Amino acid sequence: MKQSIFKILTNENIADKVYKMTLSGDVSDISATGQFVNIKLDGMFLRRPISVCDYEDGVLTLIYKVVGKGTEFMSGLKEGYELDILTGLGNGYYTGLAGDKPLLIGGGVGVPPLYALAKDLIANGKKVTVILGFNSKSDVFYEEEFKALGCTVFVTTADGSYGIKGFVTNALDLVGDYTYFYTCGPEPMLKAVYNATSTSGQFSFEERMGCGFGACMGCSCKTKYGSMRICKDGPVLVKEGIVW
Amino acid sequence: MVDTKVTLSGIELDNPIIPASGTFGFGYEFAEIYDINMLGTFSFKGTTKEARFGNPTPRIAECPSGMINAVGLQNPGIEKVISEELPELKKCFHKPVMANISGFSIDEYVYCCEKIDKEEQVGWIEVNVSCPNVHGGGMSFGVCPESAAEVTKAVKAVTTKPVYIKLSPNVTDIVSIAKACEEAGADGISMINTMLGMRINLNTKKPIIANKMGGYSGSAILPVALRMVYQVYEAVKIPIIGMGGITTAEDVIEMMLAGATAVQVGAANLIEPYACKNIIEDLPRVMEKYRINSLKEIIGGAH
Repeated sequence: MKQSIFKILTNENIADKVYKMTLSGDVSDISATGQFVNIKLDGMFLRRPISVCDYEDGVLTLIYKVVGKGTEFMSGLKEGYELDILTGLGNGYYTGLAGDKPLLIGGGVGVPPLYALAKDLIANGKKVTVILGFNSKSDVFYEEEFKALGCTVFVTTADGSYGIKGFVTNALDLVGDYTYFYTCGPEPMLKAVYNATSTSGQFSFEERMGCGFGACMGCSCKTKYGSMRICKDGPVLVKEGIVW
Repeated sequence: MVDTKVTLSGIELDNPIIPASGTFGFGYEFAEIYDINMLGTFSFKGTTKEARFGNPTPRIAECPSGMINAVGLQNPGIEKVISEELPELKKCFHKPVMANISGFSIDEYVYCCEKIDKEEQVGWIEVNVSCPNVHGGGMSFGVCPESAAEVTKAVKAVTTKPVYIKLSPNVTDIVSIAKACEEAGADGISMINTMLGMRINLNTKKPIIANKMGGYSGSAILPVALRMVYQVYEAVKIPIIGMGGITTAEDVIEMMLAGATAVQVGAANLIEPYACKNIIEDLPRVMEKYRINSLKEIIGGAH
């Protein structure tokens, strides 16, 4: 964990209520894709945990959806504004088990952490397939960015207004063989993925957090390996350990 | 050179700053980012006889100048705390630690306090009487003078180390409860625990916290804590560890003027992991600003 000040470079609306923020600062403590940062915001007591979409060359990329007061405040921030951020939080994805053809499945704002993961896997010579699930066409983001990395991309929308109609699991039949999977998204989607997938994999969870670094036990969950803190022992849990 | 030392039941602290139980775990998360030996001491995670997972999530809610938590005393149980956590803690913290103990019956308090009292690393035992009494219709031990005194007496009978009773502010008359604990043999009072509160999610129209209500802490409750410490200081002779919303070195001085011999810092640790370090480093500057040479001299100074 490292506390440092980041300066906003850009903050733009990329889909319905979804914003992409890039910041310059010290990303040296981020040790794995799938980790998150915890952001102090003026006028709010608790920090806001946001998953890391990318971190490279001193630039941190975060994609967040406006769902409450904190993210509403963030959406109004301009270039040059400084934020106090804790970085290097959570375990992140473990890529050692990915095999040759890993599958990445993201839903809504669960998509962002899979971006840096995809980049990492491709850099290591993997053939990466990605399923991105959204509610509607206006919610879709990052399809082109994943394609630009060299991933095979399937997009689903629940209302059928773009891509394959239905949920991420409706695209599973189309992807062919995969060696392992990584997924992040709302819990109903994670459950559906848990039941529909044929290999082992890793799930990224979210929970309301107090500290974000393992001190308060605010975000504990039960697993087959005992109780775990989503913020410190997670947010990534292996399929074998999950208790729904 | 200002003097930040205080003495708590015969044990000298380099400074009065003590991270509060439940906001500091067993210290490891903080030991990763700064040397926690700079602290006066710290109060470790509330420990019970049996291991507890605690309450369902969500356990946390944002509030104006504070937060609500309903963790529900998640801990590995007294045996594991002694066999696993304390040896680990010894590697990163070399001062006497404050052991925070909770129970759901008098027997549980006695069982845990008797065990923890034998641990060399433990300097003080802080007894949380805010838990519900399973034999008393679920009412908290801390809500009336009789039951708080009963816990105090039972614990004192099996311990040799100083016992601090941690009081709940969710009572009609905290002074009478503090006095009852003093009469029952308590060596000191820790106060205040969190204030019972609630938030409701406007989207779901239901409480945010799965347990519906939880403990409100953070800078918002500082005035309430100051008032209660001030009142209890007038009524008891034993030392008070003051807590509730302490965030800055100025808050520490204010709490000591109200009557606290030492202070605990709780919620601030969660949003600012360096909170205690920052307060300790800032104390000499603030003492000089207010022309305070020794912290010992200001205890109860507002009376």
